[in-house]
This record gives sequence, structure tokens and C-alpha cells, in this order.
Amino acid sequence: MMLPAIVLLPLLAAFLPMFTRHLGRRWCALLVALPVVAALGLLAQASLPIWEGGMQQWSMAWLPSLGLNLALRLDGLALLFCILILGIGLLVVVYAHYYLPAKDDGGRFYTLLLLFMFSMLGVVTSDNLLFLVFFWELTSLSSFLLISYKQYDSAARKGARMALTVTGMGGLALLAGVLLIGHVVGSFSLSTVLENGALVQQHALYPVILCLVLLGAFTKSAQFPFHFWLPHAMAAPTPVSAYLHSATMVKAGIFLLARFYPVLAGTDLWFYLVTAAGMATLLWGAIWALFQHDLKGLLAFSTISHLGLITLLFGLNSPLAAVAGVFHIINHATFKAGLFMAAGIIDQQTGTRDMRRINGLWKYMPYTAVLAMVASAAMAGVPLLNGFLSKEMFFTETLQSDQLGALSWLLPLGATLGGVFSVAYSARFIHDVFFNGEPVNLPKFPPREPPRYMKIPVEILVALCVAVGVFPAITVAGLLAVAATATLGGTLPEYHLAVWHGLNIPLLMSVIAMVGGIAVYACRRRLFAWYAGLPEIDAKQVFEGAIQRLVRAAAAVTRHFQNGSLQGYVAWVLAMVAAVLVWQLPELDRVTGERAMLPVDGVSVLCALMLIAAALLTTVLHRQRMMAIISLSVVGLIVSLIFVRFSAPDLALTQLSVEVVSVLLMMLAMYFLPARAKADSNSLRVGRDVVLAGLIGTGVAVAALLVMTTDTATISPFFLENSVPGGGGTNVVNVILVDFRGFDTFGEITVLGIAALGIYALLSDLKLASAKYDPFGRPWAHDAHPLVLVTLSRPLLPLALMIAVYIFLRGHNLPGGGFVAGLITSVALLLQYVASGVTWVHKRIPGDYHPLVALGVLLAGLTGVASWAFDSPFLTSTFTHVHWPLVGDFELASAMLFDTGVFLTVVGATLLILANLGKLSLLDDKKETT
Amino acid sequence: MELLVALIIGVLVATGVYLCLRARTFSVVLGLTLLGYGVNLFLFAMGGLKINQVAVVGASVDPTDPLTQALVLTAIVIGFAMTAFLVVLALRSQGEQHSDHVDGQDGEQRS
Repeated sequence: MMLPAIVLLPLLAAFLPMFTRHLGRRWCALLVALPVVAALGLLAQASLPIWEGGMQQWSMAWLPSLGLNLALRLDGLALLFCILILGIGLLVVVYAHYYLPAKDDGGRFYTLLLLFMFSMLGVVTSDNLLFLVFFWELTSLSSFLLISYKQYDSAARKGARMALTVTGMGGLALLAGVLLIGHVVGSFSLSTVLENGALVQQHALYPVILCLVLLGAFTKSAQFPFHFWLPHAMAAPTPVSAYLHSATMVKAGIFLLARFYPVLAGTDLWFYLVTAAGMATLLWGAIWALFQHDLKGLLAFSTISHLGLITLLFGLNSPLAAVAGVFHIINHATFKAGLFMAAGIIDQQTGTRDMRRINGLWKYMPYTAVLAMVASAAMAGVPLLNGFLSKEMFFTETLQSDQLGALSWLLPLGATLGGVFSVAYSARFIHDVFFNGEPVNLPKFPPREPPRYMKIPVEILVALCVAVGVFPAITVAGLLAVAATATLGGTLPEYHLAVWHGLNIPLLMSVIAMVGGIAVYACRRRLFAWYAGLPEIDAKQVFEGAIQRLVRAAAAVTRHFQNGSLQGYVAWVLAMVAAVLVWQLPELDRVTGERAMLPVDGVSVLCALMLIAAALLTTVLHRQRMMAIISLSVVGLIVSLIFVRFSAPDLALTQLSVEVVSVLLMMLAMYFLPARAKADSNSLRVGRDVVLAGLIGTGVAVAALLVMTTDTATISPFFLENSVPGGGGTNVVNVILVDFRGFDTFGEITVLGIAALGIYALLSDLKLASAKYDPFGRPWAHDAHPLVLVTLSRPLLPLALMIAVYIFLRGHNLPGGGFVAGLITSVALLLQYVASGVTWVHKRIPGDYHPLVALGVLLAGLTGVASWAFDSPFLTSTFTHVHWPLVGDFELASAMLFDTGVFLTVVGATLLILANLGKLSLLDDKKETT
Repeated sequence: MELLVALIIGVLVATGVYLCLRARTFSVVLGLTLLGYGVNLFLFAMGGLKINQVAVVGASVDPTDPLTQALVLTAIVIGFAMTAFLVVLALRSQGEQHSDHVDGQDGEQRS
């Protein structure tokens, strides 16, 4: 349980400032420092087995089916990073207390800082790759918040956005890479993946995986060409820079290289990609660092350069180089954090970071100057400081590599050149800031030494630089050994940490770097003049411009497709369906299944031809609306005949009654909608639509044919067998509706009710001008309610209602039921509306149908709820037989009550829709008469 | 017979799709109705075609598939409700936009 505690303590601490911020910054700093110290203590205890060559693991099943475990692991490499994250984090907490402006209570700062610390600890200790990616993204997000800490500053906001975009995209690439690794290895457990490096490297996907993972690492670690975000992230407060850009955030990418070293390294592709990126970054950063006039800008570019150096070392595919890389991670973190803090002190004391104005500070702050100069010398690689040791190893390794064949001399040459410039910019940091005449026009004058305790973090870091530089064997050797062992995945090569290796080529390279660097710095004026003549390229503007172009392009694409035309959307959707059909239909090797087809008879063919003719007629005559409706009703009638033919009497009854209601509906629609004589669409569009319709029709027909002629196993036998014993009815369709699948039917009548209410709402205060003339310009008949129809319809009502009751009652055993009965009742009542008019009907029956809809749904629902009273699940039905006089043996099923609900809903919904539509013309007529 | 039914389904779907792509709401209502017939028949056909084998226990030797019938029965009723909703939407659009184009006045100007 120690590992989760170490990771979670900073998260816990992140919440503390919320409660203590009103007490002032001192309390915040103290309260967040304590958990960090506690975490360090736990780490010391947890690390005991690691010094012996062991490892700590912890895991908890979370979603095992998805390969997600909450798993942590602490090995040498993770230990090294934990020490850096917690140790330097603690120093930054102390330093920030003195650095932040007086009016800042530090609450938000410490919360974000600790959140970041938590995510970094998660990255380095995760034993599950998906978990690692999660924390990786969390570092991107929390660093975004930290970089944009000065929210009022546009540069900070833009810098943060750029950092988030670049590292966030890298994170997505990493996610893809990790998913592929999981796919290849079959596990997301880091421990398993580390053991299966050979499996990954031999897989065909290896190049893809490598590129994706490297994309993640390079964006995070600001490797060329993704380096541009880092200098702009310097808009963050200096404690953030000291933390994020020395020891943690940018080192996460390096950590990834080290972590996956046993899995991904060792191939030529790795060598070329990683070495090239490292070398380019090393030189690019080193050269441009010299030309920065901003103190932090210089440090930012030098960070880029040193990150390049470490990347290059990992790219060399040699165990010794990897050891040197791990060593330089430690060294760079210590001296760079110290330098950033010193830069922050100078910034605070002088009010500027411009090195053209900050000169000669030696006189004003000698103590800080000594600290900064020692750290800077370590950065340059001066002997007796830690930077020298790892740089020496770096030079040695570049000399040893022969992977470039005849061009192998390029590596030591590039390394020496990088060394020359790193000496030059370090010299500039020392000379320009602390000597070089007097300060020029400082906003704050005279600068003084900072508060005593502000210097303590810097002192500790500088002391470490010296201690490691002079006594490497007793200070850093142990940590380096375990970290390097974990990086390499087991065996540690022979190496020797010492200040003096005798007179050899690496020493000569160091001497060249020293002398060359000072020489380069000596002719800085000419170089600065040359630099000033270069066209200025602001990465921020380039980036923002690119983003804006992207947004504009995306908007253009969106506008093209989302142009507000529903017609267009439908066409696009259908075109996609057609495209899939065109792509997939030819793949079919047959269009009929193994089942023999039923024989064809003459009547069927005749009906089919009539239906096809009517459907085509409807399409062709769709602008002549009366004709279209008539031919459409022919189609509907033949469809119900099809249901009759193929043993579906329930469907036939339903279709037939719906047909009547539908035609009525269309007539009403036609009455209000304007008539169109001529076509809207040009022939091109008509052609396009005919092709689309043809393709989709063909596809559906083929699919239907294939299914109809294939023998399939269905679940229907269950319903056929259990209809009588389980549901108490012989009409299986009805029993399914009201019993087996009663819950579905309940949902469906609810939808019906909602549709009816929606229509009611849409029709409220709608005013429509109805046509005064029919499409041929003739006035409507004066006799709106012909006597014959009125006379005939009235006696029909009780007859129709009786049939409805009959159909309803027999529904459980013979074709019929609530749906059909409801529709018949509706048709009978609608006939009264048509024959005698809305006014006449509403004088006799209440015209409000929504209570009926509600009652129906409620009754069906209550029937379902009632089964709870008998400890049965919702909608369980029961039935019994009673003997009625005259009628005989009669069955009573609770499902019948449910069916009554269905009946009421159907009647209510249908009449609600049509009666309200009919009333529209009434309103219009009233307006005419008044 | 199956071929005949498949042909019918194909024609209904094709005519329905074509009419759904027209610009005037009344045509779209017609198209949706035709498409509805096609889809209902398609669903019904999924259970296989049988003649004189009603799914009533005791009435037939080899009853047809009752499940697809139950599905289609509710589909017919809901299909009607949706058509009605569409009709009323078209009327509302006519009332507000003074146009029976599916895109309202925008469509009127574009065409």
C-alpha cells in the first residue's frame, strides 16, 4: 500500500490550499510541503528492496475484462524519477513561497503544482500502459494550467495553448502506439510488455508503433521539430519553469524513451530516428540559446539542447550510452532547476530578464552570483562539476558508435559543436549578467540579495552539482546503477565514474569545447549583429496562423456539408447507404438461399403488378395530389392483401384500418398545402435521385430475397409453444403484444401518445389559409355534408362500434385485439366527422382526446404495476376461465386490461390528431365569416 | 413468390426514397408512406413467407413466425403516428414560413 500512498499524497495535498488560502501563503506552502515530505519518507522506505536489485509492485483489479488494472510499480528508473519529482518539487514549493508576488495567496498555484506532481508520479510509476497514458494526458492538462497561470497575460495564454496542442497531440499518438503495443503483446501490463521486447520488434507493426511512441516522447520533450512550444512556455512563473522544464514535464518524454528502451530500442530504425532527432535538437537548441536576450529564453533553448543530448544518447543503441543518458537526466535536472531559480531571483530583484540591461550584478548580489555561476559552469561541463562527468561519457559514446559507417565521424563532430555552443551560452549567462559593465536602466535599482530562505533551494541544488562532480562514486553511483539497470532491463555494462580518465580523445574534445566556446563568445558582437539581420520568425505567430487556417478550412468543409438544406442532408445520408451497397453487393456470391421458393399464382402476379404500377404512378404523379393519394391508397390496400395472403390476418386488419385514417390525413394535408404544377428539380437532380433510389431499392430487395430464401433458426417456436400455457391465448401475435413483449408495447403506445401530444402542441395557434378553390380553379362544393353520406354514416356508428368490441374481445384467441379494435373505433368516429362536420360531432361527444390518451397509457402501466402486488415482475400477466350465462366459457386475462389501455391510447391518439387537424379549417372558416 | 415479394419491396423502397428526396413537403409525406410500406413488408418478410399457416395455436400445422408480425403490427400504428407528425410539421412550416419547401424560405430562395 506504500506505492499508492506515495502517488496519492500530492493529490491529497492539492486540495489543502482550498481550505487554507485565506490564512495566507505561508500556511499553504507549509501544508503542501508536509505531504510531499511524507511522500519522500515513504519513498525512502519503499526503495529499500530496490537498492538490493528488487522491485515494488502493487495492483488492484479495476476492469480486468478490458485489461485495465490499477497497477503501480517502483523499479530503479521509477525511483530515480520519483526522487527528482518529489525532491525538486519540494524545493520549488519552498522557492515559490518567496517568489510569488505579495498579493498572490498561492492557493491556486500550489493546487496546480501538486496536481502536476501527482500526474508526473503517476506517469513514472504506472505498471499499466493505459494508466500511463491517462497520467500522461493529465500532465499535459495540468501543465497547461500552470503555464497559463498568469491568465491576464496573452503571451501566457497563447504559450499554454501551444504547449497543450503540441503535447496533447503527442499524447494521442502515444495512446495509439500503446494500444498497438497492447494488441501485439496481448497485455497492457508494463511488466509483461518489457519482457516481450522481441515480440514487438519482430512484429510487422513495429515501425508504426515506434513512430507513434516517439511522436509522444518527442513532442513532450521538445525534440526538433516539435521544440517550438518550449520557449513560449517560459511565460509561466519561474518556479513552474524550474519544475516543469528542468526535472519533470519535459523529462517525461525522456522517461518514455528510457522506459521503452528494452522494448523498442536496438533496431536501425530506432537509431536513425532517435539519433537524428537528438542531434538536430542538440545543435539547434545550443546555437539559438546563445542569441537569446531573455534570461529564461537562454535557459529554455539550453534545455532543448540538453534534452537533445539525452535523446541522442538513448538513440545510440549502446548500453553504456543509455547509462550516460540516465546520468545526464540527473545532472541536467539539478543544475537546470538551480539555474531557473537563480534566474527567477535576478528577475525579481531587477524587474527584468533582458540580458542587454542586466549587467554587472556581481557587485550587488555576489552570493547569488556564485551560486548561478557554479550551476552555469556545470551546464557548460566544467571539470569537478556533475555536468562534466556526463558530458565526458557522452563524448566517449559518440566516438564509439560506428553505426553510420564511413560517416561515423559526424557524431563526435556534432557533439563537439554542441559542446562549443553550450560553453558559449553558459559563458554568456555568467559574463553578461554578473560582469560586462554596469546595469542599464533597470526597473528596480539597486538589486539586492533575496531573502535568506529563498536561496536555500538553489544552495542545495548547487551543492549537489559539486558533490556529484567531485565524489561521483559515493554520491550518485548507487542511484545511477539501479536506474540504469532498470532502464536496460537487467544487465548493467561495465563503467567507471571518475573525474580523471587520463589523457584521451574525449578530454581533448572537452578542451576544444571550452576553448571554442570562449572564442565564440568573444566574437559575440559580430554574431549578434548577424542574428539581428535575420528575418524574425515568431513561432507563436506561425503556430497561431496555422491553427487559424486549420479552423477556417474546417469551417469551410462544415459549411459545405451543413448548408442548412434538409434535402441535401437526406441525399448525403442516402448516398452513403448507396455507396455501401455498391461496395458490398457485388461481394455476394448468390442472391437466393437454399430454401425452395413458393409457387407463383396468377392472382398474386396481377396484384403485384397493380401494386408496382400504383407505386410508380404515385411517384410520377406526385404533383397531381389527388391522383397521388388515390394510387397510394391502392398500394396500401394491396399491401394488406399481401398480409392476408401470407398468413398475417392481424396485420391485414391493422393495415386496412390505418389505410383509411392515413388517406384522411393526406386529404387534410393536401387541403392546406399549396398545389404545385411544375417541377422544382432540374433533370440533373432527378437523375441523381433516380440512381440513388434504384440502388437502395435494389439493395433492399436483394437483402429481402436472400433472407426469405434462407433457413434461419428463430426464437419464435418459444412463443408458439408457450402462448397457451403461459399467456392463455391462442392468437400468438396478440399474446406476444400484450404479454410476452408487453413492455415493448407499453413503450410503443407511450410513443404514440407522445406523438399525438406533439401534434397537438404543433397545431395550437397555428393559422393556415385553406385553399378557396380546388387545383383546377373550381370552388369547393357548397354541400359540405351530403345528405346521403350523413344518413348512411349515422346507423353505421353503432354497428362499427359493435364490431370493434367483438374484434377486441376475441383478440386474445383469434385475429384482432386492442390495436385493431382501436383503429376500427377511430374510423367509425372519423366517419362522423367527415359526414357531419367537427361542430356537429363536438356538440355530441367531448372533443378533448388527450385525457383518453393519458388514460390508456395509465391503464396499461397500472396493469403492469399491479403485478408487483403479487410479488411478480412488472407486467406479469395471469388469466382464469369463468362461465358466463349465455356466452359460455369465457377467459379473463389480466392482459386484456392491458389491451384495453392499448385500445384507449390508439383511439385517443388517432382522434386527437385528426380532429385537431380538421378543426384548422373550422378556424379558417370562422375567420372568413367574421 | 419470394422473388415477387422482394420485387415489391424493392419498388416500394425505391419510389419511397425518390419521393423523400423531393423538395415539397407533400411529396415527402407520400414518399415516407411508401417507404413505410416497404420497410414493414421487409420486416414481415424476415419471418419467411407461408401460405395458410396463421399463427393461431391449433389453426395450422406449421404456423408462420408470429414475432415479426407482432413487430410489424406496432410498426404500422407508429408509422401512422409519425406520418401524422410529419404532416403537421409540414403544416406548421407552411404556417410559419409561408412555404411548403422542406427547407422553408431558404429552400424557396435556393430553388
